[in-house]
Amino acid sequence: MGIPFSYSFRNLWTRRLTTVLTVAGMALVVFVFAAILMLSEGLRKTLVDTGSYDNVVVIRKGAETEVQSGVERSQAAILETMPEVAVGIGGRRLLAKEMLVLINIPRRGNSKPGHVTIRGIQPESLLLRPQVRLIRGRMPRPGSSEIMAGAGIARRFQGGGVGESLRFGMREWTVTGIFDAGNSGFSSEIWGDADQLMQAFRRPVFSSVIFRLADPSAFEKVKRRIEGDPRLTLDARREVKYYEDQSRMMAKFLRILGISLTVIFSLGAIIGAMITMYAAVANRTNEIGTLRALGFGRRSILAAFLMESLLLGFLGGCAGLFFASFLQLFTISTMNFQTFAELAFNFALTFEIFWKGLAFSLVMGFVGGVLPAFRAARKNIVEALRVT
Amino acid sequence: MRIARLLWRNAFRHRLRTFLTVLGITIAILAFGMLRTVIGAWYAGVDASSASRLVTRNAISLIFPLPISYKDRIRQIEGVKTVSYGNWFGGIYIDEKNFFANFAVDISSYLRLYPEFILSPDQLDAVERDRKGCVAGRKLAERFGWKIGDSIVLKGTIYPGEWEFVLRGIYHGRDKTVDESQMFFHWDYLNETVKKLVPRRADQAGFYMIGVRNPAQAAEIAATIDASFRNSLAETMTETEKAFALGFISMTEAIVIAIRLVSYVVIIIIMAVVANTMAMTARERIGEYAVFKTLGFGGFHIAGLIFGESLLISMTGCVLGAALTYPAAAVFADALSQYFPIFNVEPRTILLDIGAALLVGVVAAVFPAWRAVRIRIAEGLRHLG
Repeated sequence: MGIPFSYSFRNLWTRRLTTVLTVAGMALVVFVFAAILMLSEGLRKTLVDTGSYDNVVVIRKGAETEVQSGVERSQAAILETMPEVAVGIGGRRLLAKEMLVLINIPRRGNSKPGHVTIRGIQPESLLLRPQVRLIRGRMPRPGSSEIMAGAGIARRFQGGGVGESLRFGMREWTVTGIFDAGNSGFSSEIWGDADQLMQAFRRPVFSSVIFRLADPSAFEKVKRRIEGDPRLTLDARREVKYYEDQSRMMAKFLRILGISLTVIFSLGAIIGAMITMYAAVANRTNEIGTLRALGFGRRSILAAFLMESLLLGFLGGCAGLFFASFLQLFTISTMNFQTFAELAFNFALTFEIFWKGLAFSLVMGFVGGVLPAFRAARKNIVEALRVT
Repeated sequence: MRIARLLWRNAFRHRLRTFLTVLGITIAILAFGMLRTVIGAWYAGVDASSASRLVTRNAISLIFPLPISYKDRIRQIEGVKTVSYGNWFGGIYIDEKNFFANFAVDISSYLRLYPEFILSPDQLDAVERDRKGCVAGRKLAERFGWKIGDSIVLKGTIYPGEWEFVLRGIYHGRDKTVDESQMFFHWDYLNETVKKLVPRRADQAGFYMIGVRNPAQAAEIAATIDASFRNSLAETMTETEKAFALGFISMTEAIVIAIRLVSYVVIIIIMAVVANTMAMTARERIGEYAVFKTLGFGGFHIAGLIFGESLLISMTGCVLGAALTYPAAAVFADALSQYFPIFNVEPRTILLDIGAALLVGVVAAVFPAWRAVRIRIAEGLRHLG
């Protein structure tokens, strides 16, 4: 027969201060572990939501981002005539020639400047990005100095709200609407009429051409045609892939940071658990002797102490995840190293992160408790009873 | 002296527990030191910047260039000593992973502005004679095994095409804070090629670097420069190199804040571990403390014993952790050279280590000491460990 579960639980309860301190240490480790996973997940979600699998982004050969790229008007016109481009309502091709630049805008609050993406759009741009919805105000009129701002920009940057105005390119631009694009990177952009913006910034060329494929599986064919055409010095990528490439450095950075922090921190917490469990074993030598004398086997003793340590880990895991779940209320806004543009993403808690965090805390509890539990199980009955 | 021996003996009564605690503190201090060094590396560009250099760029944002004609207009402004200019080239060497900073600059004036980049006179001469010549930092050359005379091909991202350069010089930093992983080549080479391919993008500089005679006048000169280009097609924004670097870093501030927070978290974690050790130790010794009290020692002595032991343990861990920070930083610097060209452990980091360890030692001892001091003799003597 095994030692009842309540024995392990009550032992923890008796030494409350020690238990609380050990659990607090583990909770913090799980918190950090979960926070970093949530951040990576949030970044991934943002990227997935930004791109659409059926859309193709065409930029200049060699360029890695739309900001670096330039697509001549004549090249854009050639793209428009390709048969693979989907046709929308009214026979219009689902293809948008866009212009993208970065401008400095001061933040609300501390006035520190951030690099904000301004995208010059065409009416088709909205059809290509169904995730973009107007939530306040009205759409900017084509051919006017009107713009609309992403929800993230409106909140964080000066002059981004409805009715406010921004000055760039020697003109005042009135913000007439706020759009919401969910988790996607578009929420950190400002959109206006492409032709007006190209005039203002004196850019005679587009930055990119985005179109929807009539048949999603025809991508390879289109890519070959675009890259093989001597008139076009352009590269085609699926939109999903394009956004993933843009944040590869950021994702790698988060991964390296996450792994090194987790490893180091968990060592600290495991040591904490070990100290607690060794002390628990040492203090209870007599008790262990008594239990053995009563007929409980070595295996039950081992199980009881392991259970105690796993319980410590479990409590730590629960506490850590509880506090980590509040992180979902925060948004991280930072500059993407690759594009130099502002990118905002949330902490995202998924079920996978939840069980990973819990499993991680149990592993910490197990590793911390296994050696002390063996020491407890190996004790000789007579010697253990003789200890005072 | 006797007290010190008592502390030492007490600390190592439970050898395993003390060993584990010290190990924990060592790891925590090491982690804290590394995180601080990462933050330091983040700000390395700011520390390396000079107050006597100004950066002029397009007011809209960095991606917009300025006409090259501004060079002579800036030179005429009172107090300006040297004007250099350049473009961020953003070329890729073989693969995107091999990222390093590469600029097209007016090399001779640029090196005059940066006396901390040391290039031997004959190498400088060789670079100036070769239109395709380029200069690379010592670390960068080591990273890819480049030697003088090697041909280097970069794939342009902003300026399309394959660009060929010949390595004519390798610069060394004047001290450890200088970034030795940059590459420069002739702006003229870039400009002439661009003129042939995309004429509308020629004769433009991404930024002007300006050396001023008197750093005290820097703000005034910056304002004069901006005023002279106001209401033009390309308005300028001029700030000191330091402000420019800080502005760049403030855009990634969220990450710096996160790393800083995490560095505090690791200290709190270890605080919990050490506090746990001290609480257990004090609980076991309640009987002894009662004996001390019976013999006439006051609360002050008992608290001193607990604080002393706690500090002894935390400081031992601190010394070990701080000592390990140096080799660990060396390994890290290699692995992350792409993100952090400069990765040095600052003396300030070690001071912070000591401060953190002191804090941990003191905080961990507070509660046990309070309990030990308060205990009544009879109660304490009755206590079973």
